[in-house]
Amino acid sequence: MNIYEMNEVRYHIRMKKKSRQLLYVDRLALNQSEILGVIGPNGAGKSTLLKVMALLATPTSGTITYRGQQIYPGTVSLATRRKMATVFQQPLLLNTSVYHNIAVGLKLRNVSRKEQRERVQRWMEMFNIAHLAKQHAYTLSGGESQRVSLARALVLQPDILFLDEPFSALDFPTKQELMKDLIQVLRQTRTTTLFVSHDLLEIKQMADRLIVLMNGRITQEGQAEQVIRDPNEQAQPFLNKWKDTLIV
Amino acid sequence: MELVWEGFKKALEMIMTGDPEILHITWLTLRVSMTATLISVIMGIPLGVILGLTTFPGRKLIVTIINIGMGLPPVVAGLWVTLLLWRSGPLGQHALLYTPTAIIAAQVLVSLPIIIGLTTSAFQQIDHRLRMQIKALGASRWQSVLILLKESRLAILAAIMAGLGRVLAEVGASMMVGGNIKGETRILTTAMVMEVSKGNFDIAIALSFILMALAFLITFLLTYLQQGKKSV
Repeated sequence: MNIYEMNEVRYHIRMKKKSRQLLYVDRLALNQSEILGVIGPNGAGKSTLLKVMALLATPTSGTITYRGQQIYPGTVSLATRRKMATVFQQPLLLNTSVYHNIAVGLKLRNVSRKEQRERVQRWMEMFNIAHLAKQHAYTLSGGESQRVSLARALVLQPDILFLDEPFSALDFPTKQELMKDLIQVLRQTRTTTLFVSHDLLEIKQMADRLIVLMNGRITQEGQAEQVIRDPNEQAQPFLNKWKDTLIV
Repeated sequence: MELVWEGFKKALEMIMTGDPEILHITWLTLRVSMTATLISVIMGIPLGVILGLTTFPGRKLIVTIINIGMGLPPVVAGLWVTLLLWRSGPLGQHALLYTPTAIIAAQVLVSLPIIIGLTTSAFQQIDHRLRMQIKALGASRWQSVLILLKESRLAILAAIMAGLGRVLAEVGASMMVGGNIKGETRILTTAMVMEVSKGNFDIAIALSFILMALAFLITFLLTYLQQGKKSV
């Protein structure tokens, strides 16, 4: 069952009185509990797609439907935005302790202190960072910071989770360890996820379904294994570069 | 050196004996400076937040004017306030010239641009990705501003300290709009100028010690507030 759908969505930016199209999506649907991977080279429009889907950027035209309700065109309500959570490439933690960083979204939603404590504790344990609760966020390593960032998003129990290259700033062993934990959490909680990456190795491990984005347009869509095995003509130049890495 | 020592002893003597005039001058200095700073904070921080977070036509011009205002000579501020409050001026009927209110108005004029300017630059320096992350966490517009204020608290407290420092050190405007009237508008800086002109250097030095002690105490408290809970 699809819970989120975009049709004919365009996103333009204005540069010196000229309008430039960064994204055009004829149709894209996100199914309940799936992990949809988005891959493409730098500048393909992956992050723009994620921001538009996460309701952090307003499209220029098109329609967006969430759980059967049209949310664009129209004013996106705070309640709808609060059904979603996003983790970016940089952890972007606040100048406070790990505990308060993870609790911030719950505080914004006026969740009771008791419930905040229980949920934060549970998610710190899920990401193996409970021992860091009182530590200041700015003293953490890159891997620890990204764990806090993921816990901060998942503690909100989002209907859809958006991940914008969350492992790209991490070294290989840290990335593998965190990815393993995250896959386990996402499967266990059956969280619908959009996962953006330029790394086919990450996508292969994480995604059920895959779309290839080139120059702001979807050039291929299908089951992750099948797209990787048999890329179409437009996706080939980018995906073939990764083939050797995958064989190794 | 002997003069400084004499001044220091005089300051202690005036404080210890509870000289009523000195107490009044010190209290008035504290009252007008704190009121002027408070007004500047109440007006300046929201304006700085708006200028730092939004873009609109004419914004650059406003920021330029604010930046020029940060270096506004106090006597010029004093002149403008005098012209406004003068008997035939637009606010002349309120008879505010040569009152503590006039001093507060002049001091707001010199400290407000500092607080707006420094708050604006503090907010402009915030990583735009952090703003997006806060939005992504489900913050409303007001909640976002509150979180960003908390994130910028060190820079904002520095702006308040700079504004307060300017107000405490200012003499030209207070002299012009207050008139240094004994028991009415005499504050520490204007009293110092008067004592120097009379050749009473020991009293002037004593007043300077009291003023420095006040500035030190307030800045110490604000710095403690700024750095106190910072663990990194």
